[in-house]
Amino acid sequence: MHKKPIVYPYIPNSAPETKAAMMKEVGVTEPMQLYEEIPEHLKYNQEMKLPEPILDEYSIRRHTDEILGKNKTCGEYLSFLGAGCAQHFVPAVCDEINGRGEFLTAYVGESMGDHGKWQALFEYCSLMGELMDMDILSIPMYDGGQAASSSLRMANRINDRKKVLVPASMNPDIFMIVQNYLNSVPAPEIEIVKIGFEPNTGLMDLNDLKKNISADVSAVFIENPSYLGFIETQAEEIGKIARGAGAEFIVYTDPISLGVMEAPANYGATITCGDYHPLGLHLGAGGCQGGFIATHDDMKYISEFKDLMFGLTDTVQDGEWGFGEVLYDRTSYGSRDKGKEFTGTSTGLWAITAGVYLSLMGPQGMEEVGTTIMQNCQYAVKKIGELPGVKIQFSSPSFKEFVVNFDMTGKSVAQINKHLLEFKIFGGKDLSKEFPQFGQSALYCVTEVHQHKDLDKLVYALQGVISC
Amino acid sequence: MARQKKLLRDNYHQARWDEAIIFEMSVPGERGVLVPLACQNIIGQVGDGVSAIPANLRRKKAPALPEVNQMRVNRHFYHLSQETLGTDVTLGISEGTCTMKYSPKVQEHMAARHPGIVNVHPLQDPDTMQGILEIYYQVEQFLKEISGMDAFSLQPGGGAHGVYANASMIRAYHRARGDNKRTEIITTMFSHPCDAATPNTAGFKVITLMPDESGYPDLEAMKAALSERTAGIMITNPEDTGIYNPRIEEYVKAAHAVGAICSYDQANANGMLGIHRAREAGFDLVHFNLHKTFSAPHGCMGPATGAIGVKEFLKPFLPVPRVEFDGQKYILNSNYPDSIGKVRSYFGNTNVVLKAYMWIMQHGAEGLKEAAICSVLNNQYFMKKIAAIPGIVIWYAKGKRRLEQVRYSWEKLKQDTGVGTDDVNKRIVDFGIEHYWTSHHPWVVPEPFTLEPCESYNKEDLDEYIEVLQQISKEAHEDANFVKTAPHKAASHRPTHEAIDDAELIAVTWRQYLKKRGKK
Repeated sequence: MHKKPIVYPYIPNSAPETKAAMMKEVGVTEPMQLYEEIPEHLKYNQEMKLPEPILDEYSIRRHTDEILGKNKTCGEYLSFLGAGCAQHFVPAVCDEINGRGEFLTAYVGESMGDHGKWQALFEYCSLMGELMDMDILSIPMYDGGQAASSSLRMANRINDRKKVLVPASMNPDIFMIVQNYLNSVPAPEIEIVKIGFEPNTGLMDLNDLKKNISADVSAVFIENPSYLGFIETQAEEIGKIARGAGAEFIVYTDPISLGVMEAPANYGATITCGDYHPLGLHLGAGGCQGGFIATHDDMKYISEFKDLMFGLTDTVQDGEWGFGEVLYDRTSYGSRDKGKEFTGTSTGLWAITAGVYLSLMGPQGMEEVGTTIMQNCQYAVKKIGELPGVKIQFSSPSFKEFVVNFDMTGKSVAQINKHLLEFKIFGGKDLSKEFPQFGQSALYCVTEVHQHKDLDKLVYALQGVISC
Repeated sequence: MARQKKLLRDNYHQARWDEAIIFEMSVPGERGVLVPLACQNIIGQVGDGVSAIPANLRRKKAPALPEVNQMRVNRHFYHLSQETLGTDVTLGISEGTCTMKYSPKVQEHMAARHPGIVNVHPLQDPDTMQGILEIYYQVEQFLKEISGMDAFSLQPGGGAHGVYANASMIRAYHRARGDNKRTEIITTMFSHPCDAATPNTAGFKVITLMPDESGYPDLEAMKAALSERTAGIMITNPEDTGIYNPRIEEYVKAAHAVGAICSYDQANANGMLGIHRAREAGFDLVHFNLHKTFSAPHGCMGPATGAIGVKEFLKPFLPVPRVEFDGQKYILNSNYPDSIGKVRSYFGNTNVVLKAYMWIMQHGAEGLKEAAICSVLNNQYFMKKIAAIPGIVIWYAKGKRRLEQVRYSWEKLKQDTGVGTDDVNKRIVDFGIEHYWTSHHPWVVPEPFTLEPCESYNKEDLDEYIEVLQQISKEAHEDANFVKTAPHKAASHRPTHEAIDDAELIAVTWRQYLKKRGKK
């Protein structure tokens, strides 16, 4: 029996009558004639081995639901995982706006027909600028790792020095991204030196910093608050040492801390960078990260940004806002390999969402959320630290994350986390491979989403797990 | 009088809300959302929490964010969305090289609403996220079959990011062999700018080949450029002109002959799914855009995924972690000592990968090929009609069939009427159609515009677009000034400065604007 051709709802001209009429119009009698420019031996004449399609919408939804249903979620489980992707409160308006089809499906249109997109991204930059207390941002980047990497490359272009100093305590994943990004042919483009830290506080070892600082150093990079959660209380001094040697002082920050913590610009950062994921985005299995870089209003910095910048201007209509491309030739769109690094599709939709978040939160919301995180975190630190055999690794103050050491319990983090699953808890990230010097330690993340009862449940569960 | 069916939206007007900047909407004391506060019990035990921060690191001056009530914030961003021409509301045919497909809503709803992806943490024990890992694993298998490559990574966060990862792998490969002489990458002018920019970022010297008079990259020039210094070639095919290069193998063979790696930028693969594969053409490395070709939307420039594929010998260099199946369950494996490491945190844009999974699963091998055929059929139909519009010239490859897109030129219109491509591009939004993509820089084809009528558009959509171009051509001949002052019916008018290069005029944030222009 002759098979009836499938008409795909997303391929309207697969309808046989239309298809035939159009083929006639272009002068072919069978579809492969459309491809006469491809030599025969370069055509793939077999059928690709792909699964049988699930053609109808109900069934594909059902099928996908069944696969995704295999995942445990941070809704069913109480989660203390963070490490750069923390669970935060997402206002409904954030989801409402990033679900708007116009934003979801727009791309590179100019500022007249896409006026709203340009304004929304300009507002993202503007709102972030207030939070950072800096004037300059470009449209967003892939993630914090990219932001850290590009900040370091900017520094290198600004002062033409070939060495950067980073804390040995930094996020190892971001370190890997940076390492690849600063690499070159022939290697290395830029030498990366890790500066040691005090094991009891996590703070940078200033003697080691002073030993390594020199007129060859392009940038001193710190995280504040840090990957391991501690607040780098010496940040201002580190900045002085960096700038004293003529190096850039780059601070990788957590934007949700900046309602209560000082903007890095105000303790000497010349470049602030980070990941804006905390601002109104879901966990998304890691798919909702986004990077930013901010600097002061100085052409020395502005001209080194690699991504597009949308500038506010007027239009020919009196009293109307318009937008234009700023220093387009900086970018690889404008100048190919002569541009600054490379640019491309990054995380526009998430940046618009972060703008919505900051618009909703306002100054008071940011102060409150930072305060709640500090309080919840300190409560968790206090209670967990009271458990027998459990030690809070650092004595220094922390924001959102902290390191818990389980050495004296005789149990590994892997064992503990496995047990915690039985309590429907995702324990903190196992650090035993990344930071073996901390023994059996885990990075716990506590935010504004954790209620008193959640923290008590964790403490109760941990108590049970370590004593069994 | 009853309305006659028509395609041209000559009565259209875009939403123009005359919307304020969000900072102008601030009313001191208003709140957009209330956030959870610590309970009294916690406060009783730890106090205000923030005193733990040393004084010099305490925020002294609150960030000058606007204070706006929730309804107004929501309304404001609704207005801005209505002033944006996404493919959900317009013909994305305009953005050639970008493959503006319909992104099926069922995919969007699953990716944006299913807790099994929205509320999953990327560092959960792999046993608790077998579903996500299965999606990753399956998409990798699909892409292997579609390209003929041996392994894929879905970690890069965009197309250019994928090409950058490929340049990084080329570097790692030669270095692992102890071959440190290879410092050059060759690309072509009609390949995407990222094929030149990313190898440069990875530390290579970049050589760019210009097209010959037929529009193909100059093969002889390439042979002359190849040497023991060549690390790789990074090229697109078909290039942004939509012209398939039938001698592609010769480029690849010549590059292989000097020991270079051949990287195929498959951002333009939509017309070739199931028809032509990178493997048969001899390539070692590829990338696909899962937004674009595999239907995930563009989201005002992301999130996106540049899926990168390699032949077996390059597999050790792929980013980690790799998603693998050990016979019983899916695992994350980072044990690849030669890996370039990471280019993106965790394992990439899971939501984009999920949409690509669903799209491929809804089509299967036959459907993918049908998408390719209909995209090429649409393009050839479109090109034939557009070629007849006064003022339009088509450069290169006369009489040859193009694949999924064409780079057109308004050169003749400009000569005849003074109306160039930038003017037409502003008028086109007056008909409810998104600004089109002219060309990447530099403009080799004069007064260019690049259209890609992919398989999502039906014949009436194409005919509507053609009517709009005809109408603008007619207007240019009759009243050039009218076109040169467009848009007239868009969300905003021509900016006074479309290109802002003067330091005094740069205002990329509201605070910078206030400082420079002093306006309140």
